[in-house]
Amino acid sequence: MVDKIIIENLSLQYSDGTESLRNVSMGIRQNAVTVLFGPAGGGKSTLLRCLNRLNDLTEVKASSGRILIDGENILDPKTDVIALRRKVGMVFARPVPLPMSIRENIIYGLELAGEKRKSKLDEAVERSLKLSAVWDEVKDRLNDPAVALSGGQQQRVCLARVLALQPEIILLDEPTSGLDPISTGKVEGALLELKKEFTVILVPHSVQQAARTADHAAFFLTGELIEYGDGKTLFTNPKQKKTEDYIMGRFG
Amino acid sequence: MEKSLSWREFIITRLIQASGYSAILFVGLIFFFLLREGLPALSEVDASSLLNIRWYPLESHVGILPLISGSLVVTLGAALIAVPFGIGTAVYISEIAPRWMREILKPLVELLGGLPSVVLGFLGILVLAPFLRVFLNLPTGLTALTGSLLLGGIAVPTVVSVAEDALDSVPRAYREGAWALGATKWQTIWRVTLPAAKSGVLTAVMLGVGRAIGETMTVMMVTGNAPVLATGLGSLFSPVRTMTATIAAEMGEVANGSTHYHVLFFIGMVLFIISLVVNIIASSVVFRAKKRAERILS
Repeated sequence: MVDKIIIENLSLQYSDGTESLRNVSMGIRQNAVTVLFGPAGGGKSTLLRCLNRLNDLTEVKASSGRILIDGENILDPKTDVIALRRKVGMVFARPVPLPMSIRENIIYGLELAGEKRKSKLDEAVERSLKLSAVWDEVKDRLNDPAVALSGGQQQRVCLARVLALQPEIILLDEPTSGLDPISTGKVEGALLELKKEFTVILVPHSVQQAARTADHAAFFLTGELIEYGDGKTLFTNPKQKKTEDYIMGRFG
Repeated sequence: MEKSLSWREFIITRLIQASGYSAILFVGLIFFFLLREGLPALSEVDASSLLNIRWYPLESHVGILPLISGSLVVTLGAALIAVPFGIGTAVYISEIAPRWMREILKPLVELLGGLPSVVLGFLGILVLAPFLRVFLNLPTGLTALTGSLLLGGIAVPTVVSVAEDALDSVPRAYREGAWALGATKWQTIWRVTLPAAKSGVLTAVMLGVGRAIGETMTVMMVTGNAPVLATGLGSLFSPVRTMTATIAAEMGEVANGSTHYHVLFFIGMVLFIISLVVNIIASSVVFRAKKRAERILS
């Protein structure tokens, strides 16, 4: 397998002084679920937000290092950020359906990218809603406002919205933190399907979810990458004491 | 001890209650007073002469149409200026400007909102009117357009301040959601942030228009005060007279209880009703938007 993303010596400091990432280096595999886990404030979300340059829009004081996606350094100021964000889709912790109908939510990104043909758009709506396992629940009310859906449905519509753009990488930042177990199961199930086609990077909302979903797992603590490796091995037989303590629930 | 505490509680509650009711009472009294002084106009002159197009009360011509049309022209012009400028500025301050710029601009705009309108009137007479006369080659610079420009300037801070608050309260998550889909800053503003802040922005517009309709001093100083019926686009470049300016200019010299006096109050009534309607429309639009949001979220 190939490394889709290579992160080299990435450090980042926010302008309020908090150091969020300290010299992180790792490679992320294609067509696998890579899980970034650890206690809050560990830098997981920051790392995700570096991968699609969403951090550009927050106050960052200093950053250094490189992130190579398909061999290209996306932190280069010359990178086309808009194109990057289409290639690297993101799903947030709280579902944020935009204030429009379900269908419009799905085609919003495509329309921005200049797609106008109705047949293409309809096709994308159906395909992406099916991929995110919500098609059966919403197919009869695509023109209802998306905010009228339940939380779990909203989150899967948001996932579909990202999938509609046919990205190569999908970032998920605690996508199930506000969901009930059944919805969570549906989202996790969708992830298993997704990794066949995409590179998936997930920040889970619990260690259990990390263990359930990870092909590869990376443990972050206060901005440092403590341990990184194969998911099964890391959760059953961690090498680092800190990792073991966290997995066993000795601190959190 | 217990007793005195509950007494204090009682008195304070009642005081707050009383001041709340008094606000309603005062508005009611004002309206009652306007009716009492204004309605007799209807029995002293018949409705058709009130709807005449000539305003010359010294010879009993009391047609108020030119005044209404004057107010409408000036207000409409002001709205055309204040709405795009105000919303544009609000978008800039809330979405585009860097933080330090925002911290300078916001208080500055609010300061502008507190500028006495007489001062703007001075500016209008001394700078804007001569400039317009030369620039547009008009017989006089004191026109509806001059009034519109200044009123627009007066309404802009109101629009900016309220619209900026509305934009600012749109959750950051909305913007990030759009950015993460590859939307540019402008696409995000136009398709996501502005629609999400719709009801607040609409309130801003209505408040701005309300401010412009009621404004007296500036328009009296710069619109030339000729009670001519506005008929088309051309009247934008000729002197007009608004309802507010008429009341302000003539109320001091009118004989108490005369027909002229009652007609002036009648104009006041019309003005009151217009701004009441504007406010009711504004709040019902906002109310409906809120209702809809609640229905969707429940």
